[in-house]
Formats: sequence, structure tokens, C-alpha cells
Amino acid sequence: MHTIFGIPSQLLFGQLLLGLINGAFYALLSLGLAVIFGLLNIINFSHGAFYMLGAFLAWMLLTYCGIGYWWSLVLAPLIVGALGIAVERLLIARLYRLDPLYGLLLTFGLALVLQGVFRNIYGVSGLPYGIPSALAGGRNLGFMILPNYRAWVIALSLAVSISTWLAIEKTRLGATLRAATENPALVEAFGINVPLFVTVTYGFGVALAALAGVLAAPIYSVNPNMGADLIITVFAVVVIGGLGSILGSIVTGFGLGLAEGLTKVIYPEASSTVIFAIMIVVLLVKPNGLFGKAT
Amino acid sequence: MTETARADQPTTTVAVPAHARRNDVAFHRWIFGGIALAVAFAPALAYPVFLMKVMCFGLFASAFNLLLGFGGLLSFGHAAYFGAAAYVSALAAKAWGLPPELAILAGASAAALLGALFGAVAIRRQGIYFAMITLALAQMIYFVALQAKVTGGEDGIQGVPRGTLFGLIDLGNDYALYAVVALIFLAGLAAVHRIVHSPFGHVLRAIRENEPRALSLGYRVPRYRHAVFVMSATLTGLAGATKAIVFQLASLTDVHWTMSGEVVLMTLIGGMGTMFGPLVGALVVVAMEYYLASIGGWISVIEGAVFVVCVLGFREGIVGVLARKLKRPL
Amino acid sequence: MMRSGPGRLVVAIAMLFAAAGTARAEIAVKVGVLNDRSGIYSDLAGEGSVIAAHMAVEDFKAAEKGIKVDIVSADHQNKPDIGSTIARQWYDQDGVDAILDVPTSSVALAVSQVTREKNKVFIVSGAGASDITGAQCSPNTIHWTYDTYSLAKGTAGAMVKNGGKSWFFLTADYAFGHALERDAAAIVKAAGGSVVDSVNVPFPATDFSSFLLQAQGSKADVIGLANAGGDTINAIKQASEFGIGEGGQKLAGLLVFLSDVHALGLKAAQGLVLTEAFYWDLNEGTRAWSKRFAERAGGKMPTMVHAGAYAGLQHYLKAVEALKSKDPMAVLAKMKATPTDDPIFGKGSIRVDGRTLHDMYLFEVKKPDESKGPYDYYKLITTIPAAEAFRPLNEGSCPLAK
Repeated sequence: MHTIFGIPSQLLFGQLLLGLINGAFYALLSLGLAVIFGLLNIINFSHGAFYMLGAFLAWMLLTYCGIGYWWSLVLAPLIVGALGIAVERLLIARLYRLDPLYGLLLTFGLALVLQGVFRNIYGVSGLPYGIPSALAGGRNLGFMILPNYRAWVIALSLAVSISTWLAIEKTRLGATLRAATENPALVEAFGINVPLFVTVTYGFGVALAALAGVLAAPIYSVNPNMGADLIITVFAVVVIGGLGSILGSIVTGFGLGLAEGLTKVIYPEASSTVIFAIMIVVLLVKPNGLFGKAT
Repeated sequence: MTETARADQPTTTVAVPAHARRNDVAFHRWIFGGIALAVAFAPALAYPVFLMKVMCFGLFASAFNLLLGFGGLLSFGHAAYFGAAAYVSALAAKAWGLPPELAILAGASAAALLGALFGAVAIRRQGIYFAMITLALAQMIYFVALQAKVTGGEDGIQGVPRGTLFGLIDLGNDYALYAVVALIFLAGLAAVHRIVHSPFGHVLRAIRENEPRALSLGYRVPRYRHAVFVMSATLTGLAGATKAIVFQLASLTDVHWTMSGEVVLMTLIGGMGTMFGPLVGALVVVAMEYYLASIGGWISVIEGAVFVVCVLGFREGIVGVLARKLKRPL
Repeated sequence: MMRSGPGRLVVAIAMLFAAAGTARAEIAVKVGVLNDRSGIYSDLAGEGSVIAAHMAVEDFKAAEKGIKVDIVSADHQNKPDIGSTIARQWYDQDGVDAILDVPTSSVALAVSQVTREKNKVFIVSGAGASDITGAQCSPNTIHWTYDTYSLAKGTAGAMVKNGGKSWFFLTADYAFGHALERDAAAIVKAAGGSVVDSVNVPFPATDFSSFLLQAQGSKADVIGLANAGGDTINAIKQASEFGIGEGGQKLAGLLVFLSDVHALGLKAAQGLVLTEAFYWDLNEGTRAWSKRFAERAGGKMPTMVHAGAYAGLQHYLKAVEALKSKDPMAVLAKMKATPTDDPIFGKGSIRVDGRTLHDMYLFEVKKPDESKGPYDYYKLITTIPAAEAFRPLNEGSCPLAK
């Protein structure tokens, strides 16, 4: 048997693949954060709560309406996106002329409320949500059994991440969006409705979080705290990638998933800390993050 | 929107005309006297352990506000200094057998060291980056507390002896301990007041108001930022170390990021950038948790809602509004 | 919870009137149910323990026997600092005589310390650390329902006997997880099995896949889950995803409650072997009691923690009745001297270190087609007699046992 770093190569490949799956969640969540930060200039602390909401909506749609996984994959992000639009219009929009830190505090409070309400109604033991039958089972890759569902998670999140990136970098709409990020007044002068742009962007960002939540529901338990701990890690991912950098958030999301997967084999106790350690090193070397623009 | 004028500041400053300053210092002395009196007589009305908790958090929030309100830096990781100090002082009192005064000193010193280290990393950036970096750094302390052997994992360090102060006064008695905590609290508060009104404090405010100008005047901005960071961390540590002795316990709660959020909430409710706001905020939050404990899980919902309301329409905080009404800095 | 100043006066006057009104009430006892009412253990303890405590008082007919029982409750949020603060205040300010339940070992250990300092009575049902009656035992603490040792003894002992010789532990990397692993590993080795390896999983964790993969790669017969609550649920869920059961490896949950199985669903939990001190469908007595409980708890069946809160409080009241006094030391001595006997746990006794001895049960979780409906989850494999179920007195290093 081959070994790499003293670890059987089979085990290593398995772990790296699993790391990539976690990276898929990091990427989806940090992508949403990056899009929102880019245009609204706020750190959306309630991102984790929207992720949780996505998972809960999948569960609720199934339990109360009998709507299955595939429809939830579309409906839950739409519902959460609509909610996000309402939140942006009613609450966040009042803060644009203030220090962006107020946005952080507002969304922090919002996260407390959302999580608290779900905790009180549904408890924290977690609710069961099955893997859709079409994706049940797994295939033997030789070095590990890859559950079909996890393969699907990687594929879908890669597809969504890349198309989001392409849409922002390569289309006319994306160009306007980027321009609005740089100079909203100028874009407004061209007759483009910037506030609408901002609102829709926020809705899209949180819809991405909800999508990640639906993806997570069948493998992690659906539980009001599921977003709270994850979001802190995702913040670190965003900081490493460079705040507001779309490509940075995708690449570092997947990359840090891999790094974490590797740590789980070499020194499992440190696997939840490794991302923060990397963050400190990156900040010391590149204060703006790996893909961040100099300010 | 009346706030547009100070759109770029996270704080609610009240302009201090020079001629009013002497008057204000005297006014603050009166308030200090009032607080000291209240502290002296409060045990007759309320449970002393509750009051000690209020004082610990009051000091914590004041120390935090030193950084946010006067230094203009929002740290989202102050639990690290609070908790690390709590752990060190608990260890000092329990495992090393130090008397309480040295245990508290050890805790505060540890927080100072940690603050010096983390501060050096964090102050390289401001604004949101600063908040995120402090959060992530604090998260590392949380993991250490969770996993290191000496910190006892989720049990924390329990059964910390209160000990005898200077080998004379048995702190097992709630009232004796209360007196000690009250002294620490008032001394800490006086220190914050002193820092804010010193030349150093004025430079800090100048930096917060207009950084390029302070730079061009030759002030080494990063140094000032680092210094206020360390001071804030040290006083936070003083509060955390005292809390560990009062409750005879250092636990993960003290280092968790929700603690960092809580101190932001206290400062926000009371009034950022005011001298006495954080105390009021701490009293409100601790009392809310205390008297509403029977509603259990809904507390966090209420706290969240208070957060949202404060950010949206009450950014000055209780004391900030009072100060505006009285036309005096508080 | 706590009132100060005038509030306290009002309460005192009200209590005077209440005492005058019921002339027969000779002893007034105040019991505090302190547990998790909002967090991860609120389903297995929470309001259910308060319901169980009220049922204990009613079934005991305390009022007719001249004991007036007041029950208060609070949420410790699984935090030792909050738990010990509430306990201190209950004893100092609110006149609480005994505290009941307290899940989460770290909180229970903190409350045990405060109880000893204030010389009151503490009856543990929810927490599991065997240290409560071991190195950190207290003369004021009685540990009723279960502990990590007895769960490990039941589950690990039985699995080794059935051919699960080699073990791989997935251990939550915190004090309680390590204690679970320690107790279980000792029993595996004593029964002639071996521990192949173990991995420390950061706590709390949502993704167990890479650790499960390591466990799978070890080819051990049994994967022991030394974790609790949400971690256990996630680990079991993901194990079925990676086909761990199909590969012939068995999962052993070292701390699984009825409420966890309910959350998992039988599809994911089937075949899991676990140990509990109580199950509603054991006999006539447990069925009758559980049915009454479920009527008051919105259809939820009681967990063993609820059952322990009920039985523990009744035993306490028995001692108070016999002594006509609530003097803590006398009551504790009486509780330990009197054999326990109730329709739920059957006959048992309380040891000098505070450990309550009663039968434990080894269950297997039913397959979905074997279950007749909600809460019909367990098949009884064997009963572990009280004498064998718990750690021998001399092995716990409790100073009281010497």
C-alpha cells in the first residue's frame, strides 16, 4: 500500500474527497457572504440563520405540505430569498448611510431572534430528514464508498458557484453589478435602479445560504444551531479569501475544506482550529486576504 | 434621518466644548460618588451575588467601550480576554494555591499579554476586518479552553476557592467578597475615566474622528491603537478574573463568542462612547437574564430583538439619550 | 425565580397565610427542578422532569401526609456557571431544600459542590458522569438513574459477549466524551475484547464522515460512539450513509436516549444496541405511569431521566415523612437506609457513595416494520441485575466509600 505523509494513500484520498464536500458548503456560504459584502458593504451575521432556515424549510415543506426534496431545493431558496428581500427593505436599508458595523450588529441580533424562535418551537435534538431515494446508496471508488448524495452536493455547489462567478464576471448584468459596487452614484446616474440591485443581491445571497441548508438537511441533522457554529468558520474562510472577492470565496471555500480534511487524518483534534490558524498566517502575510484587493 | 451627520462613526459622541470641561469633570465626580453610594447600599436591597455579577459585567462593558467608544474599534472577540483571565485566575487560585488578590492579578496580566499579542495582529486592519479578525482570534482561545487538559473542557474549572484576602479577610463571606469586588469595580471604572480624559485619550479621539489628520500631525496611530487595545484587554481581564473568584468557576461560557456579542449589546443599550452607558447596559442585560430566567430560551430572542431595535432606532443608547437631553457628556 | 425586598415580604406573608390555611401541613418542602429547558437536553429532561416531579408529589399524596411541597424550576442552559448561580440563589434566597434532575455532567458537578457547601440535598437524574459518585462524590448527592459506567457496562459488555471483540471509539473531544470512552474501554478489555484505535472528534461536530471513514478503515467489529445528543444523532445518521452497517460493522451508542431515537427515526437508528434504566413498555407499572405522563406531556413518552426524577423525589418524600423532618443529613441517611421501591425502577437501594442501584436494560432498536407506531422503538435483549449493573463501590475512588 502506498503511503503519503505516512498515511495510507487510500485513506488520504478518501479524506481529501470528504474535505471537498465540506468545502462545498463553505464555498456556497462564503459566496453568498461575498456577494452581499461586495454590494452592501455589510457582513451578514445572519447568514448562518438563513442557512438553518433553508434546512428547516425543507423539513417543513415535507412534513406539513408533503413536498419532497427536489421541490424544496427550488422552493426553500426562493422563500428565504423573499424573506431576505423583506429584511433588506425593512431593516438593513435604514443603515446604509451609517458605519457598516451597524449592519453587522443588526444581522447579529436578527440571527439571535431567528435561532431562538426555532429553538423554542422545535427544540435542539434535531429533526430527521431522509436522503432522496434517487440519490440513496453509494458507489465504491476503490479507496472508499462515496455516497451518491455527497457526490451530488459537490457537483451542485460547484455548478452554482461557477455559474454565479461567470454571471458576475462575464455578463452585462454582472458588469453593472460590479460597477454599482465601485461607484453607486455613477451607476445611478446612468438610470439604473441601484437600490433595487442591492435588494435583489441580498435576496440572492441569502438564497444561496438557504440552498446550502437544503443540501445539508439530509446529511446533518436539521437543528436550530446548525448555522451558528458553521458561520464563524465561514467568516474565517471569507477573511482568508479576501472580503468581497467572489472567486476568492469559492476557491478558499473548497481549498480550506481540503485543508481541514487533511488535518482530520493527521491531527484530528486540531481540525476545527486549523482554519483559524491559517487565517492568522494569511493575515500576517497578506492583510487583505488571498484574493483581496489592496485598500 | 438625523444620523447622517455622523455617518462614518460607529459612536454617538457628544461634542465637548473646552469651557464646559472643568464643569463636566466635577459633574462626573458627583456621578462617581453616586455610583459608590449605590454600590455601598445595594446589598441591603438585592442579592449580593447578583450585584457582584452586575459589577463584573459593568467593568467588562466599560473596558470594551474604551476600545469601541473611544478607540473607534469594534472587537467581536472580547470574550477571549474575559475568559482567558477567568481561566488563569481560577487556575491560580485552585491549582497553584495563590491568594485571591494574586490570582486576580495573574488573570489580568494574562489578558494583558494576550491583548498585546492579538492586538498586534488585529490592529493592522480596521472596521469590519478588525471585527472579523478579533472574532477569529477569540475562537482560537475558545478551542484551547475546550480542548486543553488544564481548562477542564466543558466542566470548566470548578470549585475555585475564594480564599482569604492578604491572608486576613475570609472571602467565603458574600459581604466581604462584595466589598472587594466593589473596590475593584470602582478602581477599574476610575482607570477607564482617567484613560479617557488623559492626553492619550484625547489623541485617541482625534484618531477616531480623523485618522489622516492625526497621522499628519505626527501621531503614530498604530501605536495608539495597540495601546488602547491592550488597556481594554487588561481591564476586561480584571473583570473576568474577578468573576471567576466570585462564582468560583471559569467555564466555556466566558470564552464563547456569544459572550463577545453580549458585551456589544450591553454597550449598545447603555450608549457607546459614553462613560456611564456601559454600566447601565450591563445592569439592564444582567437583570434581564436574571429576572427573566424563568422564560428560559426566549431570553435570546428578546436579546436579539433588543439588538435590532437598538441598531435601528436607539443608537445613542440610554445614557446617550440622557446626555443629549442634559446637554452634558455622561 | 428570585424576588427581592418587598417581593420577598409579600411571598413570606402569602406563605404564612397558606400555612395558616392548611393547618395539617406540618412540613413545607421546596424542591427545585433545575435542568435544560431550551437546549440540547430539553427533550430528554426539560419540562418533562417538572411534570414528573408534580406527578411524584400527587401520587405520594404529600398533602394528606402533612407535607406541603412547592416545586420551582429553572433553566441552566447547560452552563455550569448559570447552574451553580441558580443553585446558590435557590439555597440562599428562596429556601429550596432539594434540587432535582440537572442533566449535563459539568453542571451537575457544579451543583453538587454548591449543595455540599450549603448542606442541602441533590438528587441527580439527568446527568451521567460516573465521577458524581466517584472521585467527586458528595454526602449530599444521590445519583438516581444512570451513569456512564452502567451504560458502558450494559452496551459494551453485551456486545463483546456477542462477538464484537475489537472496538474503535469515536470520542467527542471533551471531558465527558473521554470519560465515556474510558469507562467503555475498561469494560471491553475486562470482557476480553480489545480497543483497536480511537479518534478524538472536535466537539461539537456536524460532519463525522472522515472519522467514520477512519473507523471503517480500521476493520474493527464495533464502532463505539463516545458522544451524546446531537453528535450521536449526526454520527448515526452519517454511518448509515457510508454503508457502515452493511459492511458488518456494528455501531454502539454509549449514551442514547429514547428522545434521540425518536429524533433519528427508526430507519436510521435500527439495529442500534443501547442501555437504559427505563423504557415505558417494560411492564404494567411502567406502561400505566407512562400513559399518565404522556397525557400531561402532549403525547411524549417519558425518558429514563423523567422516570428518575419521579422516583427520586418520591423516595425523598418518603424519608421526610418517616422522619417528620427535612433536616438534610437525617433525610439523606434515611434515604440511604431505606430500600427503594417504586413501580418504575422496581426494588433497589442507595449506596453510601450516593449511587442508586436498580436493574438496567439492554435494548435493540426495532426495524421500521417491527414497530407498531410512535415510541414503539425498543426490543428488550436482556436485563442487567442491579448488583452487576453499576461500578463496584471500591472502584470508584469515592472518599465516602472508605
